Amino acid sequence: MRKTKEYCIEKLILLCGLASVFFVVLIFFFLLKEGLAVFKIINPFNFLLGKSWYPISEPPQLGILPLIFGSLLVTIGAAIISIPIGVGCAIYIAEIAPLKIKETLKAGIELLAAIPSVVLGFIGMVTLVPLVKTIFHLPTGLTALSGAIMLAFMAMPTIVSIAEDALYSVPKTYKEGALALGATHWQTIWRVMLPAASSGILAAVMLGIGRVIGETMAVMMITGNAAVIPNSILVPVRTLTATIAAEMGEAVVGSEHYFALFAIGIVLFVISFAINITADLFLHKRQ
Amino acid sequence: MIRNPYRTQKIAFFFLLLATLLIVIPVGLIVVIIIQKGLPAINWQFLVDMPRQGMRAGGIFPAIIGTIYLVTGAIIFALPIGLLAAIYLSEYSKDNLLTRLIKLAIVNLAGVPSVVYGLFGLALFVVFFKFGASILSGSLTLGIMILPVIITTSREALESVPYSFREVSLSLGASKWQTIRHIVLPNAIPGILTGTILGLGRAAGETAPILFTVAAFYLPQLPNSIFDQAMALPYHLYVISTQVPNVDEKIRYGTAFVLLALVLFMNLVAIIIRYRFRKKKKW
Repeated sequence: MRKTKEYCIEKLILLCGLASVFFVVLIFFFLLKEGLAVFKIINPFNFLLGKSWYPISEPPQLGILPLIFGSLLVTIGAAIISIPIGVGCAIYIAEIAPLKIKETLKAGIELLAAIPSVVLGFIGMVTLVPLVKTIFHLPTGLTALSGAIMLAFMAMPTIVSIAEDALYSVPKTYKEGALALGATHWQTIWRVMLPAASSGILAAVMLGIGRVIGETMAVMMITGNAAVIPNSILVPVRTLTATIAAEMGEAVVGSEHYFALFAIGIVLFVISFAINITADLFLHKRQ
Repeated sequence: MIRNPYRTQKIAFFFLLLATLLIVIPVGLIVVIIIQKGLPAINWQFLVDMPRQGMRAGGIFPAIIGTIYLVTGAIIFALPIGLLAAIYLSEYSKDNLLTRLIKLAIVNLAGVPSVVYGLFGLALFVVFFKFGASILSGSLTLGIMILPVIITTSREALESVPYSFREVSLSLGASKWQTIRHIVLPNAIPGILTGTILGLGRAAGETAPILFTVAAFYLPQLPNSIFDQAMALPYHLYVISTQVPNVDEKIRYGTAFVLLALVLFMNLVAIIIRYRFRKKKKW
């Protein structure tokens, strides 16, 4: 009797253990199920490289190149801002900050990670957007630049915490060795610690970028949502994520528009999958 | 000029400090602005009133209730599965390909963009299972989304229980499940609780997954069953700050304040539990 019960429980546990694999497959399956239908009316090449996105015109034009450019522009902008600041902050917390300040700083970073993206989007709208508008004398502050700055903030908690872990797990002996040879603390950090932690820091940067590409609400609220190929960082853009969020509400289930939005979902899923797998490889290389 | 390594160090450390301040000061400012402008808007009426005049007046009661329903539903779904998955990984799994695959799946599940969860919830729960846009669909979508948080934190909690505890229990003749049930789990509860609360906070703040699965634009009444649509705080904030013109600034800041306070409160509780547990820990 007890053995049967135990057997059942163990099988149930195994089943739940497999749940995450099941859900990843299920997500991908349902994206494909709804998204692939779009390729009956447009070939994948024209879908990815088509220059105009007019999903409700007749016939619909479903080229997502402007959206890809929009996502790329804000992501590159966010990366340029967040990587140096994020890694710098990680070094400061891991190596320089006194113990008490260290805990406060870590709490601050955790706080930033906890703020819902819609709240950050709202704050961006009321502070950052008017600021960008006045500084650059623009007709609107809802630009790729505003989006990039806001997204940089959302990437930083990821970058800081993973890069700090990477620095922390560099063996103490490396550091002691360098210091004993007469290197200054900074020389030790720059020439010994950073190279030793490089694969972890790379993983941190990648996961930060993954967070940026997938971010939806804040970016939808402050980038202006214009689905045209941007010619500068000071114009409104629309990202892949924002397009889905903004248009799915109006798309009729089973329409070409609906299928196309799911196809964008496939693109996003594949990008995030690739980023996460690669980052995971880097993290394991370290160990 | 000879490069003085100590001066280089000073300059480098200055820039590192600057980078840190560039993150920490804006975070502080964000919180201060929301408290300063949001707190005066908060009164009992605002919290327990229905929205009126197309959300330009009245309160946010249905949005608060909707969010509470959604996170409760999400946790009812995600906690049992997540906890058992964590038990599998920490107690049963061997170092083989299957385990590697599961870990990779968890990492990926955590990395899937939130709007893609929204699409998935729409395709599976709303359309395929025909639940419609409802609290049920939204809760399940959010539940799957927070699964990685719960699995990862619970697993850490289980693994931090010393191996000797298990050995003693097993040597006294307890079975593997009895050992887990009576020895490992009770000792891991604070950690599991922390993970659960963090998951709740995450679910409460997310907007994209509920956009097409449950969220109602303007619904000044409370949901009657889990098959009803509902308002939710994050979506409500999005709507009144971008979709509806001429909303009083006080209402926007007030809503942002309530949402932020709710999420930060949960995080604070999680931190306190973790802290007290660490102090009490005897091993």
